[in-house]
Amino acid sequence: MCLGIPARIVSIVDADAGLALAETAGVRRQINIALLAADGRAPSALVGKWVLLHVGFAMALIDQQEADRTLALLSQIEQREWDES
Amino acid sequence: MSLNTDFRDADRVRALLAAMTPVAGRVAARLGRPLQIMEVCGGHTHAIFRFGLHQLIPDTIEFIHGPGCPVCVLPVAAVDQAVALARQPNVILASFGDPLRVPGSRGSLLQAKAEGAGVRVLYSPYDALTLAKAHPRKQVVFFAIGFDTTMPGTAHSILAADRAGIGNLRFLCHHIRLIPTLTALLEADEVKLDGFVGPGHVSMVIGSRVYAPIARQYHKPLVIAGFEPVDFLQALYQLVLQLDQGRCDIENAYARVVADTGNPAALQAMEQAFESGVDGHWRGLGRVPGSGVRIRAPYRHLDATGLLAVAGPGKAADDPAWCHGVLTGRIKPDQCPLFRRRCTPEHPVGALMVSSEGACAAYYQYRPEQDHPEEARRD
Amino acid sequence: MTSAEKTITLAHGAGGGAMHGLIDGLFLSAFGDMPLLQKEDQARLPLAGLQARGDRLALTTDSFVVSPLEFPGGDIGKLAVCGTLNDLAVGGAVPLYLSAAFIIEEGLPLPLLQRLVGSMAEAARQAGVTIVTGDTKVVERGMADKLFINTTGVGVIPAGLTLSVAAARPGDKVLINGHVGDHGAAVMLAREELGLGGELASDCAALHTLIQPVLTQCAGVRCLRDATRGGLGGVLNEMAEASSVEIRLTEQDLPIRPQTQALCELLGLEPLLLANEGLAAMVIAPEQAEQALALWHAHPLGRHARIIGEVRAPASPGRLSLIGPYGGARLLEVPHGLQLPRIC
Repeated sequence: MCLGIPARIVSIVDADAGLALAETAGVRRQINIALLAADGRAPSALVGKWVLLHVGFAMALIDQQEADRTLALLSQIEQREWDES
Repeated sequence: MSLNTDFRDADRVRALLAAMTPVAGRVAARLGRPLQIMEVCGGHTHAIFRFGLHQLIPDTIEFIHGPGCPVCVLPVAAVDQAVALARQPNVILASFGDPLRVPGSRGSLLQAKAEGAGVRVLYSPYDALTLAKAHPRKQVVFFAIGFDTTMPGTAHSILAADRAGIGNLRFLCHHIRLIPTLTALLEADEVKLDGFVGPGHVSMVIGSRVYAPIARQYHKPLVIAGFEPVDFLQALYQLVLQLDQGRCDIENAYARVVADTGNPAALQAMEQAFESGVDGHWRGLGRVPGSGVRIRAPYRHLDATGLLAVAGPGKAADDPAWCHGVLTGRIKPDQCPLFRRRCTPEHPVGALMVSSEGACAAYYQYRPEQDHPEEARRD
Repeated sequence: MTSAEKTITLAHGAGGGAMHGLIDGLFLSAFGDMPLLQKEDQARLPLAGLQARGDRLALTTDSFVVSPLEFPGGDIGKLAVCGTLNDLAVGGAVPLYLSAAFIIEEGLPLPLLQRLVGSMAEAARQAGVTIVTGDTKVVERGMADKLFINTTGVGVIPAGLTLSVAAARPGDKVLINGHVGDHGAAVMLAREELGLGGELASDCAALHTLIQPVLTQCAGVRCLRDATRGGLGGVLNEMAEASSVEIRLTEQDLPIRPQTQALCELLGLEPLLLANEGLAAMVIAPEQAEQALALWHAHPLGRHARIIGEVRAPASPGRLSLIGPYGGARLLEVPHGLQLPRIC
């Protein structure tokens, strides 16, 4: 439905306009981070963070803790499969 | 993490498939038929075929490919509007790449471009502002399509264009909202399905809570999924577990991206720029109450429908009845008599063949023939 | 030099002094030894030298249009030499001569044309071929996109070599010499309208010195093509169709650079359908595949060579299929047009 890929914020280009430089595996693009700024966080705090990019807009911060939690859940399944086989 | 390698890991994929198979088998045996699961989102349809998952998932699970491809459901009348605008002298029609091939009643945008119309492909609606500033003597029109994921980007660009006082930019909006579309589908009683794999990227905007009525009113479980193979299978596994345990909940298997409340800034931008609750008339779906949006009055000067001789969205051309059958899970794409014969990605007859995300186009592109021997025989 | 003299104008194509100045001052001096062109309307190629090398003449022509004209890893000049040389080389021919025709839009900066012609001359010199004849036309602004180049190549095919796109047999192996999609991805990154950046160079290169040792030493080479427009997917589909076989690739064995992969995921493109300008796809008898691979690995343009798949009996003839990382298969159809960036 909607293509989205993770990208890391490299630098802030224009804090007022909400523009940042993002990179994914060596491909860089200027993106818009205005839709992430709702909670009053300074744009500079986003540098180094991973975001989910869609049509040039950062639409969500990627929560590494949640990613780890999902993967941990999966290793339990793997373990169970192993035990049962 | 850059390319989600953890979520493409083959061992995890195998473990999930192994875990899911006996549970799905149990539920299917109880029901006396395979499970009918709808993946709402065209991105999931694409991922299923792209990663070859359709051959690995147990045959006790059948997919009904949902309506979540904004290009497929784009009405012919919308394409005609875009083509008409692009053909006007002095207009640059800017668009994502996806809609360019969609045939209208007088050809596609690509054909119009070949005949001299001003058509430009953009990656982001925000780039339309730069384009308009670079061509002050031209009228730039951005052809805005997409579900709730794409809408905030358009909304932000409309608001930014208004603030910057850019006088030569307008937006032709044919956005479609997910929840009314899902509801309409559930209201159509011919749809036989046991649960939904929910769209990950729409949900990152609208959140997971908004699906609650689907579980409550229509008693269908829904699990939100990301687009990597592990994401998708994890969601499918959770869905099968729910069915096995007789539960009917909204679950989120894509929590690293999707929050319960969605993205408040994105929702706010949408609310500010767009008026919701407008009836939409979509290819393959027909009239869907409340599924469309309209640019709000304060930003009407940015609405491209004002440039059209005939304003407002027209009526969708009729698709073959087969399309509706595929969308509602009554037939598979390759059971349609037009499939691969009159209807191909090059010459799509119906909506679902239009974009590579459409169920029929995905079947056409990815399914090896040995998967459907009945077709090989007919040919 | 005034600014007018730094730009190509219609006068440069009008047959007068400006044109002769351009030909003498730029093309002849860059391409070096073109003794026949100066005096006559045609290049005159000694037959004896050709006959000594083989029993058939190979002739191919190609026109080059690319935007932007210069990109990391190459430019339209280098492309125009390598592209035509490769079309000769994949037929087994030893490339010898090139013609070069230029269609220039007025307003093209002269220093840019000088760079491009210089790059072309350098590519020809490195490849050991001679540019023996040429043509220049200047058209009004808007009648062409900056610069188009056509090159025609002449080569000689050694006796006994019969490569054909229709010669693949079940059991054969499929080899490529390098990364998939570098050229298409590099050009896309270099285009301003998508606003993308990154360090990725086109694979633009002349492949004949890579190809010839394999052809001399491995009698089992069946099909050979360079995967340009339509990408590797396009070329392998052609081979499968012409040979009435199925070609099956193992997705994990495809060498794709992370930047190319990232670009494709960002824009929703298929790397196997991106253009290449220095990528050869070879179908070879299975018992010679390892030998050919070793020969390629020893060549600078073959360092990343891999066996990527095999030819199968025609369960579904004329098809290219890919086995994914989890064992499921998918088909890759011939593209029916340009790949466009997608949002969904």
